[in-house]
Amino acid sequence: MQKNITCTINGKQYFLSVDVVQSLLDTLRDLGITSVKEGCGVGECGACTVLMDNVPVDSCITLAVWADGKNIRTVEGESRDGQLSRVQQAYVDAGAVQCGFCTPGLIMTTTAFIEKHKDCKVSREEIRKGHAGNLCRCTGYETIINAVEICLEDSE
Amino acid sequence: MFAIERYNKAQSVKEAVKLLSADSEAKLIAGGTDVLIRLHGGSKEYRSLVDINGLNDLKKISEEPDKAVRIGSMATFSEIMDSDVVNRRVPVIAEAVGTVGGPQLRNMATMGGNICNGAVSADSAGALLVHEADLEIQGVDGKRVVPVVGFHQGPGRVALKQGDVLVAFRIRPENYKGFGAAYYKYAMRDAMDIATIGCTAAARLDGDKIEALRLAFTVAAPKPIRCEHAEKAAVGKSLSEKTLKAISDTVQKDVKPRDSWRAAKNFRLHIIRTLTQRVVRQAIERAGGKF
Repeated sequence: MQKNITCTINGKQYFLSVDVVQSLLDTLRDLGITSVKEGCGVGECGACTVLMDNVPVDSCITLAVWADGKNIRTVEGESRDGQLSRVQQAYVDAGAVQCGFCTPGLIMTTTAFIEKHKDCKVSREEIRKGHAGNLCRCTGYETIINAVEICLEDSE
Repeated sequence: MFAIERYNKAQSVKEAVKLLSADSEAKLIAGGTDVLIRLHGGSKEYRSLVDINGLNDLKKISEEPDKAVRIGSMATFSEIMDSDVVNRRVPVIAEAVGTVGGPQLRNMATMGGNICNGAVSADSAGALLVHEADLEIQGVDGKRVVPVVGFHQGPGRVALKQGDVLVAFRIRPENYKGFGAAYYKYAMRDAMDIATIGCTAAARLDGDKIEALRLAFTVAAPKPIRCEHAEKAAVGKSLSEKTLKAISDTVQKDVKPRDSWRAAKNFRLHIIRTLTQRVVRQAIERAGGKF
């Protein structure tokens, strides 16, 4: 069952014909947007996190047809003219990337998190809670939390 | 790929009711965080879907002229956590839904789905039970209002007929005014986990005595329950360790925990008694009581 949808992905407008059986993850990867990873496929690991109207969602358990009329952001759209985004740069500076599989999803979660908390004092515990939907098997999370703290300090 | 065979997007609640009653196999999909996981696993049960994900009218959270708090069935857990009305009037609902899964899941999952799927572990169930929420349901024969107490019938079973759509939760002021309430989710992890036992209490005081206690458990029986015996044991009692002990001794008459790979029956009973004391105390303290 094909449905026509219109959405914006990383600033570019798309007119797509998607099958109702497809997840948003499937659709994005078919478009070559492969930063979006399938980890668990059931909304546990967050490797497929994208922003839908600036809200982080697991694209593996989001129907592609739900993207109709929405603004989708993935890590591909975060750098500008070869310059990494503030969050991307903070992950590099904090050494928060090891194997890299979870990184695109985490970057999107952090991007929404710092936007939401830009004017508040945030504890490391709150950062943990805000990133609890993204699993990382390499870093032990400390460097990731450091990266988020760098972003929050920047915005102060 | 999801094993969806028939799919219809409803443009209104009325249309959803019509689509559901036209196909005996049709099921609603709301936030999709349960349904799509089942479909990912190849479940045939959800092969015919009526999609209400786009019905933004059902997302509204408001305080009504009679001070009742009305939460649309499609409000996501994140929207409920961030709602000023919920945090002011019925904060235990925000507290409870904040323990569900992780942020991404809470951004999609709805409280309507959490109640209508009949999950024994539903984090929102206890808060709705202690506040005795009314459920506004639109069905083939029109609108009706049923209490959440008694709505759960067994694991995965609730008092809905084919064609019914839960529209909103409504919490009347007499069911929240003067109450202090608390929720504790006992689970193996601090996030991304399902409750081993969930305990919710709401207490209202008369001076230094308990005027009313409402105690609810999830995963302590084949459905989310209220604890009649324990609640009666609290009425008129003073705020003391002895009272808490008496309540937690009585709660065993209300619960029926089972053995499962998550936890053994005896362990669950131990957690139930411990949480009863801890959560009832916290509810009383939030109602302004001092021990």
